[in-house]
Amino acid sequence: MKKNLGILGLLIAVCIATALLSSSFLSAYNVENVLRRSALFGILSIGVGFVIITGGIDLSLGSVVCLVGCGLPWLLTVQHWPLPLSLVAVAAVSLGIGLCHGLLITKLRIQPFIVTLCGLLLYRGIARGFTADQTVGFGNEFKPLRLLATGKIPFLPGFDLPAPLLIVAVVAILAAIFLNRTIFGRYLLALGRNPQAATYSGIPTQRMTILAYVLSSGLAGLGGVLFVLDVNSAQPVDFGNFYELYAIAAAVLGGCSLRGGEGSVVGILIGAALMQVLRNMITLVTTRNNVEFAIIGAVILLGVVADELTRRIAARRRAAQVLQNAAA
Amino acid sequence: MTLPLLEARRISKSFAGVRALKGVSLSVYPGEVLAVIGENGAGKSTLMKILAGVQTPDSGALLLDGEPRTIGSVQEALSLGIALIHQELNLAETLDVGANIFLGREPHRYGWVDARRVSREAQVVLERVGLHIDPSTLVGDLTIGQQQLVEIAKALSVNARVLIMDEPTSSLSDHETKVLLKLIRELRTKGVGIVYISHRLGEVRGLADRVEVLRDGENAGRLAGTEISHGSMVQLMVGRELSQYYPHQPHHPGEVVLDVKSLRTRAHPGQSVDFQLRAGEIVGMAGLVGAGRSELLEAIFGVVPALHGTVSVCGKTVVPGSPRGAMDSGIALVPEDRKHQGLFLEMGVRENLSIASLHQEQSAGFLNKQSEKALCEEMIPAMRIKTAGVEQPVQFLSGGNQQKVVIGKWLATRPRVFLLDEPTRGVDIGAKQEIYRLMEELAAKGVAVLFVSSDLEEILGMSDRVLVLHDGRLRGELLRSELSEEAVMRLATGANREEATAH
Repeated sequence: MKKNLGILGLLIAVCIATALLSSSFLSAYNVENVLRRSALFGILSIGVGFVIITGGIDLSLGSVVCLVGCGLPWLLTVQHWPLPLSLVAVAAVSLGIGLCHGLLITKLRIQPFIVTLCGLLLYRGIARGFTADQTVGFGNEFKPLRLLATGKIPFLPGFDLPAPLLIVAVVAILAAIFLNRTIFGRYLLALGRNPQAATYSGIPTQRMTILAYVLSSGLAGLGGVLFVLDVNSAQPVDFGNFYELYAIAAAVLGGCSLRGGEGSVVGILIGAALMQVLRNMITLVTTRNNVEFAIIGAVILLGVVADELTRRIAARRRAAQVLQNAAA
Repeated sequence: MTLPLLEARRISKSFAGVRALKGVSLSVYPGEVLAVIGENGAGKSTLMKILAGVQTPDSGALLLDGEPRTIGSVQEALSLGIALIHQELNLAETLDVGANIFLGREPHRYGWVDARRVSREAQVVLERVGLHIDPSTLVGDLTIGQQQLVEIAKALSVNARVLIMDEPTSSLSDHETKVLLKLIRELRTKGVGIVYISHRLGEVRGLADRVEVLRDGENAGRLAGTEISHGSMVQLMVGRELSQYYPHQPHHPGEVVLDVKSLRTRAHPGQSVDFQLRAGEIVGMAGLVGAGRSELLEAIFGVVPALHGTVSVCGKTVVPGSPRGAMDSGIALVPEDRKHQGLFLEMGVRENLSIASLHQEQSAGFLNKQSEKALCEEMIPAMRIKTAGVEQPVQFLSGGNQQKVVIGKWLATRPRVFLLDEPTRGVDIGAKQEIYRLMEELAAKGVAVLFVSSDLEEILGMSDRVLVLHDGRLRGELLRSELSEEAVMRLATGANREEATAH
């Protein structure tokens, strides 16, 4: 929890700065919007967080978002599949993708970076193929379904909570219970710390790794469905573009180490929110959206550097304390 | 009397306010082997690092040939003829042997590395350490023992006058150890002063001219010539007399617990191994490095699936090829490489202790924090694990306490067969004795204990019987009454049982 305070402080600081610089930041419309985007990206970030905790990486999730986000409206409006079948199909595809990644990584021992990089190219290519690069959407249909992403839950007068917030809350609570309260969560963390010792401790390392990739792709699929329900139209060329990087950045900002073995769900959520507030700030405060990447890159770098420095100071303090205890 | 080659006078050194050395003195003369012994944490390694320029002392003086000197860096030490061979290997695994030997001081012509000279000169020093390998072999392809010899060859190639060796034999096979000890004697006759750190007191007794004992960062005593005996060294190291070093009691073995039938491992696919372990006995497994001891344990435990053969516990065949299968049958393995295979270094004592037994809880996959806590409360005092708390990351524990955590984690699974691979490597005397005591307790409770060790004294001291492996084959079995260093060594080097026990 203490670890998350730094990133929480940064989030609050960025919020205050944006509020001071732009009067529209705190408007109900904007806050709802930022919350909705944070919730959607939070789902993706939690998924990739599981993979990062095992010491792996998933670069494919932006393309999974694209495949599922284009696939669902395409199945419904172009192929005229019934809704339940379409939902089952996209769920099966996204979970199946994770399973394939996991099998390639554990059984054939191909590096996660390569496997998921190929996935990144493959799934977007497939989406562009079956849609022939045509924008797909729901038009005026499926209004009730779309409420999952666009719906509002009355909260305060003049201010409603976006529905995805509820979904991410459920996902986050389940993920946190899984990670902190089940032996499988402990196995994932241990596996990320030292895969060899995990094997020697009788942890089913391959199954745990596969599970992490299935969770990552599965949550990317859920995210993809919600994203397309939210915006109502998906252009396969750029739908979900760079989302994997936003999600990875959020997880890393939120305390996941790319070396594996570290990470908390709360931290990941704060990281995801920080990313969205930053993007929002750039839109509101600057007139030039084209520097967005530069600013986001710089802030992430600063965050990670600051984290590394505080960690070193803490480690030094701890080592000194241990020596002192040993001497006493 | 001749002047000491290198003398340290009242050296003190503190780290973060803790005094590691409190005014330690020692001197090494030309043509002698000075052994420096002491428990872990006694300050041996710190002192050696100061002698070799890795660290600088807070106070005190270093004298080379009677002249005060400051040795500020490793390069400076090397140029003065002082070379340190670290306990941990410092080789670049992706470079070849020759490149490693001349790393940082490659002979060159016109800016190009003179590969022919590297190869020629490397060959010479490799011959001297008894390594008959091509200098263009990649270091990563060598065994740990061979790598250690390369490290020594590297030190020889600078023509050191003072050679400091920090536990050089800890990863060597007996044969390699013999080559090294011969080499040390040879260097001694050439006037080199050798500072030799070892936990293996048998080796020290056979090799050292003088012994300097450190305890808690101070000089605890000196021994020379005939004063050097096992008992006298141990007494100075621990500050008290140990009535009996190995707490071994003869056991009365019960039923057969572990039955290994025609097991073939990947390391030695042509050989198959058969043996049995009985309840309540301690069996030692001896053999040279490369004899296939660790591979055999790993195959029994299922980390590396066996090619062929069956393992059964109490008559039930163990599910092959998975550690979980072996664990479910009641097998536990304390692996050879504590840091890489045994522990999650950044995780706390609690998480390390419970990791292997979590799945035994009837809790539908949820963590049972109560029983985790109870496990810590049971294990930490029972094993005398010295830790600042249950959440202390194990990387901050001493080697002995780390090993106790690994053993404790397996005790928690309530095994019927306890396999230990080099359980006391890099562990100080106090912790060693506690590990022996634990093995005894396990046997007394009816657990079948099998331990692999390269320390012959330990094998002789702790075993009810000894299995000797040679080239992947069980060369023979020696009962306690037949045990002698010679008999074990003869089997380990390939003699058959009759030849081995004939003398």
